[in-house]
Amino acid sequence: MVKMADKRPAYSQLVKDIRAGKFVLTGELEPEKVTGIEEILVSARAMKPYVVAANVTDNPLAYAYMNSLVPSWAVQEEVGLETVYQMTVRDRNRLALTSDVLAAAYLGIKNILAISGDHTVLGDNKGAASVYDVDSAQFVYLLHKMIDEGVDVAGNEIHGKVEINVGIAGNPNADPLMPEVLKIGRKTKLGADFIQTQTMFDIDKTKEFLKEVEKYKCPVLVGVFPLKSYGIADFFDRFIPGVSVPPELLANMKKAKEEPDKEKRSQLYDEVNLEFFRPFIKEIHKTTSAAGIHVMAVLYERIFEPLLEAF
Amino acid sequence: MIITEQKSMDEIQEMISPHGKLFIVGCGTCSTSCQTGGEDEVKEMTERLGDRVAGWAMVEDPCDLRLDRRDLKEHREQIAESDAILVMACGAGVQTVGTYSGKIVLPALNTLFIGETERLGRFHDMCKACGDCILDETGGICPLTRCAKGLLNGPCGGQVKGKCEVGDYENECAWIQIYDRLKEQDRLDLFTKFRPPRDFSKKTLKIHHVF
Repeated sequence: MVKMADKRPAYSQLVKDIRAGKFVLTGELEPEKVTGIEEILVSARAMKPYVVAANVTDNPLAYAYMNSLVPSWAVQEEVGLETVYQMTVRDRNRLALTSDVLAAAYLGIKNILAISGDHTVLGDNKGAASVYDVDSAQFVYLLHKMIDEGVDVAGNEIHGKVEINVGIAGNPNADPLMPEVLKIGRKTKLGADFIQTQTMFDIDKTKEFLKEVEKYKCPVLVGVFPLKSYGIADFFDRFIPGVSVPPELLANMKKAKEEPDKEKRSQLYDEVNLEFFRPFIKEIHKTTSAAGIHVMAVLYERIFEPLLEAF
Repeated sequence: MIITEQKSMDEIQEMISPHGKLFIVGCGTCSTSCQTGGEDEVKEMTERLGDRVAGWAMVEDPCDLRLDRRDLKEHREQIAESDAILVMACGAGVQTVGTYSGKIVLPALNTLFIGETERLGRFHDMCKACGDCILDETGGICPLTRCAKGLLNGPCGGQVKGKCEVGDYENECAWIQIYDRLKEQDRLDLFTKFRPPRDFSKKTLKIHHVF
């Protein structure tokens, strides 16, 4: 199979920074079941000083939300923050994927994160068909054809250029890990420019994963998810596939929840998060080959400054 | 084997309500093995529906037009008197009985999958009849059928300890099974192989198979 990843130019600032050897930080924005994007723009403005780009999620957990392309474009236009347009293969066949990638190219999108997407039965429209005409590896291949060869996946010529860098997801929490590692190897050979991982709380698992995928020479951004409240921590622990919040962190969040004063409670939550994530990020930065951190602090932008000012 | 389950009696009652006299056809093959449309089930259905049943018959294979002709021949008058035929067979059987009789056909069963029989009453979904078999590459385990997403290049991020996110982690992740099997057979090169997008036109264009 063609190996294109290291030959593809850096189209996005994110990939330029990674290749320049910077320790990069990315954020995350989540459009919901809304018809306005003011909240997204406020979040984007708040995180802009700390991150090089922000992912815009695509119907996460198979909840039917506003499509991610329009906010991906609007954040770049109105806030000046580069975006990583997340695209799942759950909701689109190869025609729809091609259409959206062409539109993204027109709108100046520079990064796409190509992912499978959680199955529809986990979402809020459980009866919907899951498409999976192509899987995420085949989507990376489709993107490679469009970006590097100027054709769609069937070989039909594209008029114009698609100048986009491609990200893939990795799950260091996967148990067993080796099938996940080999799958990542399969995808990097098809043309992935970077990997963003699932949320990590376990430093040893993170390091093991980084060591295992090092041979593929594809930069990895380790995912962290600062926990805005005990409710979020508990939800995460119970409902996100393969993710468990360390019991001590969960207990500290629960303790913070008991503070009746709202402002003090927020402060306590921040302290618990900083106490956990500052050393976590520092250790990744100092002791591993990770290219950066993907901070999934959705609607928790106030944590960016104290958490990331050192990096 | 084609695995079927019987619709609920409420559903069947609602389906037959616009029609008067019924003829019931059972299946002597798959639905007999599934205990959903064998002779016992047909007789039970006949008793439940009482007077409105004009007659019943077992066809060895209702999905075989030749066998419908053979086994339903002696019931031609009863079928002619009936307003509809309640077929206790898979979807192929229902349609073939429709082709044979020209009557309104009503499905008493839901067709589930082409399955493996572990024992009576315990069946496993094994084959989607995709028309493009790759079991040689996947350790004899079909990802199109047994992976909830039908991924050809799995696993996805939704497996935990070899169990699938779909169905509360009760079902096996097909891709972990494939990995284990290929590893056991020392054929992991097949696991890392990239499988390009499927050609769905092959299936769409081939609804008749003539050779």
